[in-house]
Amino acid sequence: MASLKSIKKRIVSVKNTRQITKAMKMVSAAKLRRAQENVVAARPYAKKLGEVLQTLSANLEGDLHPLLEKRDAKKLLLIVLTSDRGLCGGFNTNLCKAADRYIKEKSAAYEQISVMTVGRKGYEFLKSRYTVYKNFSNVLAKPNYQTAVMLAQEVIDGFVAGEYDQVELLYNSFRTVMTQDITFQQMLPVEPEVKGISDETPVEFIYEPSVGELLAEILPKNIEVQIFKAMLETVAGEHGARMTAMDSASKNANEMIGKLTLQYNRARQAAITTELMEIISGSESIKG
Amino acid sequence: MAEKMKLEIVTPYSKVLDMEVEEVTATGKIGEFGVLPGHAPFLTSLRIGELAYKNNGITEHMALNWGYFEIQDDKIIVLVETAEASDQIDVERAKAALGRAEEALKKLTPEDKQHKVYEAALERAVIRMQVAGKAVRK
Repeated sequence: MASLKSIKKRIVSVKNTRQITKAMKMVSAAKLRRAQENVVAARPYAKKLGEVLQTLSANLEGDLHPLLEKRDAKKLLLIVLTSDRGLCGGFNTNLCKAADRYIKEKSAAYEQISVMTVGRKGYEFLKSRYTVYKNFSNVLAKPNYQTAVMLAQEVIDGFVAGEYDQVELLYNSFRTVMTQDITFQQMLPVEPEVKGISDETPVEFIYEPSVGELLAEILPKNIEVQIFKAMLETVAGEHGARMTAMDSASKNANEMIGKLTLQYNRARQAAITTELMEIISGSESIKG
Repeated sequence: MAEKMKLEIVTPYSKVLDMEVEEVTATGKIGEFGVLPGHAPFLTSLRIGELAYKNNGITEHMALNWGYFEIQDDKIIVLVETAEASDQIDVERAKAALGRAEEALKKLTPEDKQHKVYEAALERAVIRMQVAGKAVRK
């Protein structure tokens, strides 16, 4: 049986761990609330912009914008969004594994698959397996729109230059605090949904400047917004996942402390019994 | 009672404004325009500039960044990257930004990639200060 001292030591160390996991849970819970608010705040903008895009592309005839151009999809760019920090359960691992599977699946269909990572964890996982085309770390700590603009510019430039023919975004979308859904989303070429519009007579809008020019402005914006939204969802998901992971870690620590305390008490009692026996037998022999 | 339109201003961070107004003027891509209730469906993009709306006879001003403007059935939707009401503008910050942009522009030629960036920054700072000035006079 382990000595009293070593059990005591373990109890103390588990207690320390529990303190840390509890604190991390609290921090994540606070951050989660803010991240969640951001996600909710960004939704109307993204939704409205999507609607405008629909109206515009429904009215568009003839000349296509370069971002709408469908080419033979030979070169794929996969953008993987993960968090910068660990200790959030399977949040990053699951996403990275999904990315890995996806690339393996698709490697036959495409000539070339490039990977772009946002977030350190994804980069560390994928760089050992594939060549990472570009990596952006530490941008998610404080997600702001400027970062999304910069990323979108990168993506658009590469697409227009023909470095890749198709762009897909892979991220954890935030569903509830407990669950995140791994989401694939095609970003480029933009595929306007042509549905439901034919039911009603389309409203005749006055466009200023022309439809084509408006579209040329709104298409890149839409990509920015999509990236921005994915960033916000990733951050919210990360905190949600960390909160859940830290909660269960704290629970496990509690359980362990309980077990160790029981063990400690038993050992203590056994030691007392042995000691008593020694004293009694000692005094018995003196009486002799 | 005059007719009213519903004005909604949305940015990626929040819904800035959602209220009934009587008149809206804004800076469009090809010039300033104004809309009154009963306007035909209209869609345009906005440049860095000012947006003014009138509610119960009081005119309020806002500084806008890039955006887009839509009116349909007396409902206006404005999507912008940033929107600041005249009393929210940090004049000191705008002044500092103006100074920085001017400094940077002196060193750059119009061919430089950065030139456009700083030009836009300059424009934003000017508009912010202009709009902030209107709040004081009110």
